[in-house]
Amino acid sequence: MSGLHLKDLTATYGASQALFGVDLDIAEGEVVALMGRNGMGKTTTVKAICRMIPSGGTLTFAEADLHALPSHRVARLGIGLVPEGRRCFRDLTVEENLVAAARPGDWTRDRVTAMFPRLGERLTQRAASLSGGEQQMLAIGRALMTNPRLLILDEATEGLAPIVRQEIWSAIRSLKDKTRLSILLIDKSIRELASVSDRAVILERGRTVWSGAMADLGTDISERYVGV
Amino acid sequence: MIGERSITLVVLGLLLAVVAWALVVDEPFTITLATRAAILALAAVGLNIALGIGGMVSLGHAVFFGLGGYAMGILAYHAQSFSALDLGLVSVAGTKSMPVIWLVALGVSALAALLIGLLSLRTSGVYFIMITLAFGQMFYYFAISWSAYGGEDGLSIYVRNGFPGLNTLVPIQFFGICFALLCAALFLNARLRASPFGLALNAARQVPARIETVGLTPFRLKLVAFVISGAITGLAGALFADLNRFVSPTMFSWQLSGELIVLIVIGGVGRLIGPVIGACLFVALEHWLGGLTEFWHVYLGAILLGIVLFARGGIVGLLTGREGPHV
Repeated sequence: MSGLHLKDLTATYGASQALFGVDLDIAEGEVVALMGRNGMGKTTTVKAICRMIPSGGTLTFAEADLHALPSHRVARLGIGLVPEGRRCFRDLTVEENLVAAARPGDWTRDRVTAMFPRLGERLTQRAASLSGGEQQMLAIGRALMTNPRLLILDEATEGLAPIVRQEIWSAIRSLKDKTRLSILLIDKSIRELASVSDRAVILERGRTVWSGAMADLGTDISERYVGV
Repeated sequence: MIGERSITLVVLGLLLAVVAWALVVDEPFTITLATRAAILALAAVGLNIALGIGGMVSLGHAVFFGLGGYAMGILAYHAQSFSALDLGLVSVAGTKSMPVIWLVALGVSALAALLIGLLSLRTSGVYFIMITLAFGQMFYYFAISWSAYGGEDGLSIYVRNGFPGLNTLVPIQFFGICFALLCAALFLNARLRASPFGLALNAARQVPARIETVGLTPFRLKLVAFVISGAITGLAGALFADLNRFVSPTMFSWQLSGELIVLIVIGGVGRLIGPVIGACLFVALEHWLGGLTEFWHVYLGAILLGIVLFARGGIVGLLTGREGPHV
């Protein structure tokens, strides 16, 4: 398959093993929610995909074995990450943040600012002076400027005001409806995840325990593994 | 508050005004002082690319300054003694042509920066500082023991190298060359920092791990910046040797590397015109306070202390009201 394929993925932090067998597939244009309670391995899975920590098992994207690639080559292959905690380049302006990450493709500064008009109004403002919501928009815009084929959003709406969260979710829906971008979502809002995702994968103690269409995710499963 | 572009124009204008005044009242020594400031500024502009944009605190940049100086000294020495320079497989004649010497100084410094960078940029923080310091000391002690070119006593050059169409022995004309090269380096620096490469380098300084997730490698970015930085500092070394018509191992000393950092901190780390302000202030204090007391460094130290404690953005930061980048 041309998308992302994880089979029996394991990962370690030093001597501690954090993932024990994660299975996950994302096809082109598909939106998948990665769910699970805190500490079950969602962010660790993202770090393993982006080659930020050592991992084992099967990990391929666009037929390429990601285990053979360093982190920056994974990004060049087309995996864009919006990390937990945003991590914008604080000393750079909004425009400079976007330009620093830019790679050739359909996503340009104008297209990003059309999606997030607030960024367009603050192009010359330093990232450090933006609100949390604007920094999150910038982090998404920066990832899009790398022109990815798979966008990973790790807790993209965490700690944001409800109105800003709605803006972010609208942008994600717009990406789903208007592009062929594959998206891997991690978020605490089950309702929003259910409204935008095609499928869900649930992790429990570093393993995949449930995988299926979002419509098939019953309350018994979500109560048992996600806690809501 | 004043804009950084205005400060840049005012500082360069003031430097030119001082030289114009010295020319009118026939004070060639002041022109020489301004030339010295311009050359030190050029060296610090080079270092500022590594330090200010890339966050690489190099305590070995005197290596490139010294290599530029010795490139000039050795080529001019062979030209004045009409002897060939034996490079092992080939022998080449010396030269008194500044453009040729500059090219050699740029090439040798860039090559050294590439090799030193390849090794030292695998570390960071205090280890990077120590490795660059170690390279500086290696070159320093090598120069001391290099008796063919004066060893510890250094090497005197009895002529000023030439530039087509100019009499470089006339202080104002030599100043013109140095000032033009300084402006060119500032222009290059300004273009570099605004380019995608410069922005990515800046980002790599702030969050090295994050820059990899957008498909860039901090190591390569920093290595390229280190090479450009070393080459510019090497060019300054060649001019410095030409100004003094003398090269010695002190051009490789760690104290010189430290002084270049001090110039940048005084003016403003990562600020375009910061190194020029720092160099002008340094030369002025060295001249005027040095005439009053041999302990003039105490006053320089007090200024540095004040800036570090109360003006993190250096003098440019004070004037613009904006703190500089955090290195």
